Amino acid sequence: MLPPYLQEMQTQVETVAHAAGLDFFETRFILVDTKTLNEVAAYGGFPSRYPHWRFGMEYDRLAKGSRYGLSKIYELVINNDPCYAYLLEGNNLVDQKMVMAHVMAHNDFFKNNVYFKFTNRKMIDEMANHAVKVQKIIDRVGIESVENFIDICHSMDNLIDPYSLFIARPPATRREFEDLIEEARLAAADAPEAEKKGVRSYMKGFLAGDRKNAAETPGPSIGLRKEPINPTRDVLGFLLNCAPLEDWQRTILEIVREEAYYFAPQAMTKIMNEGWATFWHSRLMTHHLIDASEVIQFAHTTSGVTAQAPGQLNPYKMGVELFRDIEHRWNRGMHGKAWRDCDDYEKKKHWDTGAKEGLQKIFEVRRMFNDVTFIDEFLTPEFLTERLFYTYDYSRSKSEYVISSREFSEIKSRLLFQLTNGGHPIIAVTDSDYVNRGELLLEHRHYGVDLEVPYARSTLENLFTIWKKPVNLVTKVKDLPTLLSFDGSEHSSRELPVSAVGG
Amino acid sequence: MSQRIDPDHSRFRQIVRGQIKGNLRKYISSGELIGKKGKDRVTIPMPSIDLPRFKYGSKDQGGVSQGPGDVGDGLGSDPQAGDGEGQAGNQPGQHEMEAEFTLEELARILGEELELPHIEPKGMRTIRAPRDKYNAIRRIGPESLKHFKRTFREALKRQIIMGSYNREQPLIVPRREDRRYRSWKESVVPQTNAVIVYLMDVSGSMGDEQKTMVRIESFWIDTWLRYQYKGIESRYIIHDTKAREVDQDTFYSTKESGGTMISSAYLLTADLIEAEYPSDAWNVYVFHFSDGDNWSREDTQKCFDALKVRLLPRINLFGYGQVKSPYGSGQFLHDLEEAFPHPENLVLSPIEDRNAIMDSIRDFLGKGK
Repeated sequence: MLPPYLQEMQTQVETVAHAAGLDFFETRFILVDTKTLNEVAAYGGFPSRYPHWRFGMEYDRLAKGSRYGLSKIYELVINNDPCYAYLLEGNNLVDQKMVMAHVMAHNDFFKNNVYFKFTNRKMIDEMANHAVKVQKIIDRVGIESVENFIDICHSMDNLIDPYSLFIARPPATRREFEDLIEEARLAAADAPEAEKKGVRSYMKGFLAGDRKNAAETPGPSIGLRKEPINPTRDVLGFLLNCAPLEDWQRTILEIVREEAYYFAPQAMTKIMNEGWATFWHSRLMTHHLIDASEVIQFAHTTSGVTAQAPGQLNPYKMGVELFRDIEHRWNRGMHGKAWRDCDDYEKKKHWDTGAKEGLQKIFEVRRMFNDVTFIDEFLTPEFLTERLFYTYDYSRSKSEYVISSREFSEIKSRLLFQLTNGGHPIIAVTDSDYVNRGELLLEHRHYGVDLEVPYARSTLENLFTIWKKPVNLVTKVKDLPTLLSFDGSEHSSRELPVSAVGG
Repeated sequence: MSQRIDPDHSRFRQIVRGQIKGNLRKYISSGELIGKKGKDRVTIPMPSIDLPRFKYGSKDQGGVSQGPGDVGDGLGSDPQAGDGEGQAGNQPGQHEMEAEFTLEELARILGEELELPHIEPKGMRTIRAPRDKYNAIRRIGPESLKHFKRTFREALKRQIIMGSYNREQPLIVPRREDRRYRSWKESVVPQTNAVIVYLMDVSGSMGDEQKTMVRIESFWIDTWLRYQYKGIESRYIIHDTKAREVDQDTFYSTKESGGTMISSAYLLTADLIEAEYPSDAWNVYVFHFSDGDNWSREDTQKCFDALKVRLLPRINLFGYGQVKSPYGSGQFLHDLEEAFPHPENLVLSPIEDRNAIMDSIRDFLGKGK
């Protein structure tokens, strides 16, 4: 598939990557032109996905970016076994080599990081199946209703619980697949079990309502209210199980949810994943893969990748610097009680126990951590000071963003806040029979930052179309506990007693 | 090559188009499109297109970054306004959505929304320009223009007729006589010539707001007429008590003071048209913007004469747009109404404020002249 000179390059890169200890799935590189690359990137890396205008919007943006030379996609790699990665036609050979090395490290990360453990490694096939399913639904109920419904699903696809990934999914072997079909057939024949239709076996017993309803509620589940046993952040899963949806809607919601869960670990490990890949492409390139004539080109490209604009956080830069810092610290034993308790500056400056555990440590880190735990565990005041980290806030008096702090604890807690739940607000279903009228109650766990209220209102409208009864959201607006409600025709907002909101 | 993304992309464009149509009045009256105009495209900010979600209010949030500077220093740029590239993946979709349109598409949207009729060009239908188009097929031609699909189709046809086609082994071998080549056809297209003459009163009573309104309105008139005629010319004339022809930039930026003699502009326009744009060959559009405060009755009478004798018989459309200004009396519009009770190709349109621009455009262009 690749021209011979690139195949040769791939073998070379794989050999050194393997020797360096990276452990990856088989990698298939595909050489494409900019247009195709933009197209694939617009679909989130998948060549076949269900049709929706938002992918078109993304494409529009990418195409504009590359037309005017504002942005360029260097690498696109898919968490799949075999791992697929795209190379841009016409890139110079140093860049191609660098991208290959970068991809190998991503691939290693996908394969070994614990948060990816339960992602579907046949996602390319799965996405294509989703596309077929959606197309069939479109043929049956019409493009417009499907599009509207997908719009609604997308507007809440951040309402998932990334940690529920640790519910193991069955491997998608043919055998398993047939079992699933058989199960579904049996379920259909068995009346009380019919409500399980559309619910994957791996979700059984975990979805709210599953545990108590099968026996006590005969007949179809459509339209039945069920209380979540515990508040669940997997709002999509809850709706899937309990909202009065038509079959085709259920299928689509399930698809959107499954894809959201597939992408969740990537959002959770953005800094680590890019840092790891940058760490390794840079190490493999400088130690093994480039000769003197290629150094300038390599340095040029790498400086672009790790460039830092004011007010932005470059995950490539932050990630690679933190990995290097960890390697350095563990090589010289700069951690643990002895190091912490030492307050002699000179001694600390020349600290070296000769431990040489750096490499081993970073491999361990790439297996066990995600961005939040990574930052929490390894960020040091020295690291932040040396690398000029700061927090910024909007100053209303100056009407611009200003540097607000260079304090370690400030920066760290801000970083952790931004990374927690992928930067999305944490929202859980807490009651599905609110005020005894079958209303839905969501709760926003407020950690100091308000929701964008107009957006929240429109999202409540979307939730209403799914739930078909009034929907409510407990949040804080300007520090006051507030209940935002939408009853199908009108929005209302009401202040709550302070005790109503957990912080 | 057609791509998989094409239907999704065009659906997106369609949605954007719908948004623009729905909010056209807002876009027109704010005038923000003109500032974003490139050579033949405009960029339209579209914050409302993305889907709603539960998300944090962005200004409240701030962030973390790296670089020099003291506490309290401004960042110099709005970090949340940039596009998403290179930014941490924890803030998706912060970039403002912008859609790009060609002026032609914009004109089409304007036409649909205002229900503007297409213009029936006058004159010149006798003048035709030949044009070549590669849309034909011939049996002879250079190899480089060989049409493979057609060639093989011919070969297949022949083999089926001759009975030498075998379904099991669908081997098709074209012969010399099967070959087909792309070729051109000559077609004649009627050629229409058009010119727009913009006149503007730049006397002391026309303020910045009035000029902005003129600018917005003429942008849309221009866009529409350019869509209707290929290769249109524009001329610009400004006047106070005297009239002179200027280029486009001067037209919009000139700040003069003094009185108003509208006749000077009408006479100059008449001279221009007679000299350069004979009416049997040209579609001529004249738009005059003023606050309607003419110097004297005599001068107004001179205007009417010029209109009656020298302008209206020769041109497609004369549009008079009277922008409201705090100083102008607006008398000229009433005078015109009296003097031309049943105007054939004279359109009078008072423009109260920016919101009225859209209606005024409809007044001017709604006749299909």
